[in-house]
Amino acid sequence: MKTKIRDVGNVRILDLEGKITIGAGDVELRKQIEDSVSAGFTNILLDFKGVSHIDSSGIGELVGCYTTISRRGGKMKLLNLTQKITDILHVTQLITVFDVFDNEQEALASFSA
Amino acid sequence: MLYSRRMTRAARLQLLSLYENIELVERVLNEMCRSERVGEETCYWVGMAVREALANAIKHGNKLSAEKRVLVEVTLDPAEALEIVVEDEGEGFDPAGVADPTDPGNLMRSSGRGVFYMRQFMDEVDFSLAERGGTRLRLRKNLNARRSE
Repeated sequence: MKTKIRDVGNVRILDLEGKITIGAGDVELRKQIEDSVSAGFTNILLDFKGVSHIDSSGIGELVGCYTTISRRGGKMKLLNLTQKITDILHVTQLITVFDVFDNEQEALASFSA
Repeated sequence: MLYSRRMTRAARLQLLSLYENIELVERVLNEMCRSERVGEETCYWVGMAVREALANAIKHGNKLSAEKRVLVEVTLDPAEALEIVVEDEGEGFDPAGVADPTDPGNLMRSSGRGVFYMRQFMDEVDFSLAERGGTRLRLRKNLNARRSE
């Protein structure tokens, strides 16, 4: 998985690309979130536009990161889910847990709402 | 090794317990699906189930041991089904012990969704004891109603 980092105000946007799967992408996702929190960002927007696959390990990391950030008083939200990623979150009912957006400006505005 | 048997295609792989080998199996699966014109959607979801099966075999079955192998057999009969068998050399696995990840109390757990995903994506998922003592997992996707995808 590749990640591009963009900071907009107090929100860090992580543009994710590739596979968030066991042994590679899942570890990378956790590292990127930890680095963001260490850099002072507790508002994080994950852009899934370029993500082709996420397995149960990737989903596990997503849930773990969401919990970590919430405990620190921050927010983690999801942007541009593909239909397949939406389906994967839907069957485990996690789609009800995350705030999901398909418009970046609306997603950014929601952090200050 | 790939070989043809009438209309059926089959592949058998013996893998080291390394996560990167999941990509190898996915490439074989994708190639077989492409050559027999199995729909992209079907191939994607079967691939996701196989990913979960291999991850479990490597991580929980063989515990990433360099001494243990994972056996994979893929059989594709375009008129009938795509079937994958994954065997590890671990201590065996009881699927009855897996909690429902959609239970509200389990929703935020960071693990325990792999078997659930396999059952969502495939038509049949059977666990049994492998001849050598590990877990034998059989995944089946029926194709006869899906050729038009």
